[in-house]
Amino acid sequence: MSVWLVQMFNSLSVSSILLLIALGLAITFGLMNVINMAHGELIMIGAYTAYVMQNLFADYLPASWFGAYFAVAIPAAFCVSFLVGLALEAGLIRFLYGRPLDSLLATWGVGMVLQQLARTIFGAPNVGVKSPEWLNGGLSLGGSVLPYKRLFIIGLVIVTLIAMYLYIYRSAAGRRMRAVMQNRQMAACLGISTRRVDAMTFAIGSGIAGVAGCALSLIGPIGPSLGTYYIVDAFMVVVLGGVGKLLGTVAGALGMGVFNTYFEFWTNASLGKVLVFACIVAFLQWKPQGLVAMRTRSLD
Amino acid sequence: MKRKRTKRFGILALGAGLLLLAGCGANNSANNGASPSASGGSSQPASSSAASGSPSASGDGIKVGILHSLSGTMAISEVSVRDAELMAIDEINAAGGVLGKQIVPVVEDGASDWPTFAEKARKLLTDDKVATVFGGWTSASRKAMLPVFEELNGLLWYPVQYEGMEKSPNIFYTGATTNQQIVPAVDWLLENKGKKFYLLGSDYVFPRTANMIIKAQLKAKGGELAGEEYTPLGHTDFSTIISKIQAAKPDVVFNTLNGDSNVAFFKQLKDAGITSDKLTTMSVSVAEEEARGIGADVLAGHLTAWNYFQSIDSPENKKFVDAYKAKYGADRVTDDPIEAGYTAVYLWKAAVEKAGSTDVDKVKEAAKGLEFDAPEGKVKIDGDNQHLYKVARIGEAQPDGQFKELWNSGDAVKPDPYLETYDWAAGLSGGNG
Repeated sequence: MSVWLVQMFNSLSVSSILLLIALGLAITFGLMNVINMAHGELIMIGAYTAYVMQNLFADYLPASWFGAYFAVAIPAAFCVSFLVGLALEAGLIRFLYGRPLDSLLATWGVGMVLQQLARTIFGAPNVGVKSPEWLNGGLSLGGSVLPYKRLFIIGLVIVTLIAMYLYIYRSAAGRRMRAVMQNRQMAACLGISTRRVDAMTFAIGSGIAGVAGCALSLIGPIGPSLGTYYIVDAFMVVVLGGVGKLLGTVAGALGMGVFNTYFEFWTNASLGKVLVFACIVAFLQWKPQGLVAMRTRSLD
Repeated sequence: MKRKRTKRFGILALGAGLLLLAGCGANNSANNGASPSASGGSSQPASSSAASGSPSASGDGIKVGILHSLSGTMAISEVSVRDAELMAIDEINAAGGVLGKQIVPVVEDGASDWPTFAEKARKLLTDDKVATVFGGWTSASRKAMLPVFEELNGLLWYPVQYEGMEKSPNIFYTGATTNQQIVPAVDWLLENKGKKFYLLGSDYVFPRTANMIIKAQLKAKGGELAGEEYTPLGHTDFSTIISKIQAAKPDVVFNTLNGDSNVAFFKQLKDAGITSDKLTTMSVSVAEEEARGIGADVLAGHLTAWNYFQSIDSPENKKFVDAYKAKYGADRVTDDPIEAGYTAVYLWKAAVEKAGSTDVDKVKEAAKGLEFDAPEGKVKIDGDNQHLYKVARIGEAQPDGQFKELWNSGDAVKPDPYLETYDWAAGLSGGNG
C-alpha cells in the first residue's frame, strides 16, 4: 500500500485522538465557557485509572481475565474523572462562573496540584500499562499495518460521539443542559435547577476526559505530566471548531489532524506543528467564530 | 540537556505559582520527613533539609547541597538521582562521616525551571555555604548553574551523560561524555548492524549536538545517512515518523529522543508491526527507569548504550542495588544517572579526605587521578577535564525490563569532551549549543 494511504489512515487516527481529548473540553469550555486548564489532568486521571485497573486485574483475578481489564477500565475512568469533576465543580468552579480569567488561573493551579498528587501517589517516573492481548498487532493491508489500537480509538471516538449526541440533543437532561447554557435566567424561571445542571455538565465533560486518558494509555506515556502534552491541542481543536458546537469540534479535530499529519510528512515534526498553528491563527483572523459558528440570540 | 519541554503558558507562571505552593512541597518530604528549612525568600515551593538521622549535625556537620527537580516535568528523572545521593550520604554518615564529621544534605528543588536552578545554586553557595553541590540533569539546568559556580568558586557534581563540548573548572562530570557513549555505540553499530542510519531525536541541544557528531562520524567511516528527524519535546504521535522510517528503510535508528516521547515512540513502533528483529534501534536516553514506563514487553530486544546497567555482575553493584531497593522499595530500579549520582558523592568524599579539607581548590587538586570502585566498575577522575574514565557498554532490553550487556569497551575509556583525539571530529567543537 502506498505511503499516501498509510498517511491517510494516520491522519484519521491523529484526528480521532485529537477529537477524543477535545470532546470533554467541548463541553466544559465550549458549552459552559469555563477555561478548564485542569482538563489535561483529568485525562491523566483516566490514564492512571487504567493503570490501577490493570494492577487490580493482575493481582486479584485469574490471568485469563487480564485481557478484560481494559473494557472495565474505560467506564471506571469515566466514573473516577466524573467524580473528580463533580468535586472540582462543587468546590471551586461554581464560584468562578462568568470570571474566565479567574477560572483559568484557578484550574491551572488545580492541574498543578493534581500533577503533584499523582507524583506523590504513583511516584515521579512513568508507569507502564500493558495493553491487552486483543489490542496488540494490527490489520495487514498490502504490506502496511493498521494497528488495532488506533482502529479501536477511532471506534471509541465514534461511540463516545454518538453517546454525547444522544445525551445532548435527544434526552431531557441534555435539553435542560442546552437551555441553561443558552439562557440561564429563562431556564431558571422555567423551573430548571441550574446548579444541578452546571454540576452535571461539568462532571460529564470531565468524565469524557477520563475516557480519553484511558485510551491514550494504549499509545502514549502514563506519567504525572501527561496532561500537559494534550491540553494545548485540545483547546486548539475547540477554538478552531467553533466554541459551543459539537459538530465544530469534530471538524476542528479532523482539520487539525489531517493538516498536522501531512505537514509533518512534508516537512518535519517541529515545523509541521508550527505550520498548523500558523494556519489556525490565520484562519481565526479570518473567521474568529471558528469553523462552525454558533448562532445565538443572546447579546453577550 | 534532557527532557526539557517547551514551557507553555509561561506568562501565567507568576500567578499560578501562588496556587502551586500547596501542591509542590508535598513530594520531597516523602523520603526525608524533615522540617522545612528556613530557606524561604522566594516564591518557589518550600524545600526541606534532610536531617539524615543526625539531628544535631548542623553544628559540627559538613553541609552539602542537593539540587534536583523535585517538581515539574523533570521530576520524573531527577527524584531517583536525589534518592541515590541521599542514600550515599546516609551510608557515609553511618560509617563515620567525612573528616570525622557528619554530612548534612540541604535539599533544594530546581522545579524543572532553569533560572530556578541558578537561583537555588546561588542560595546554596551563599546562604547555606555548602561545601559542594550535587545536582542538575538537563544541559539547560547545568548551563544555567555554571556561571554561578564559576563566579562563586563553588563545586558542582553533575551526574548525567551529556553532549560534551564543555569543561568547567568548577564542575565534575560523573556521567559519560560523547566519546564514552555515543561514539563507541556508532562504531559498534557500523561494525555489527549496518551502514544506513536514521537519526531521530528530540528538538533541542543534546540530540542536535549528538547527531552533528554522529553525522561526522558516519561520513568518516563510510556510513550512510537515511534521514534525520527531530520532534518537539513531549511529542506523542509518531505515526508519521514511523511511515517515514519505513519508507527510508534504514539498518539502524539512532534514537536520541528524550523523556515521554520514548514511550509513545516504542509503543507505536510495536503497534506498526516493527519489532527489534526487523529494525535495530539504539537509544541513549532509555535506561531501566524508562523501561518501566515504556513497558518491558514493548522495549524487549531494542538496544541501548550506557556505562552502567543494573544487571552488571559485581560485588559493588550488588551491594548498591540491594541497598537502593532496601531503602526505597523492592520495585525500584537503578540506572546509569542514579549510579553516577551515587558515585559522585563517594568521589567527593574521597577527594575531601585526601585533601584534608572541604576547600574547593584543595578538593579539586586532590580529585585529580582519584579512583573509586563504583557499581559500574573502577572509575577514575581525569585531572584535565574533570570527567570520569568510564567503560562504554551496549545492552539489549530483556522482557523483564533489565538490559543484557552485549558489548563493552573492556578498558575504561578516557573522557574526551571535545573529541580532540578523533580526526573526523575536527571542526565540530565550534558548533555546539
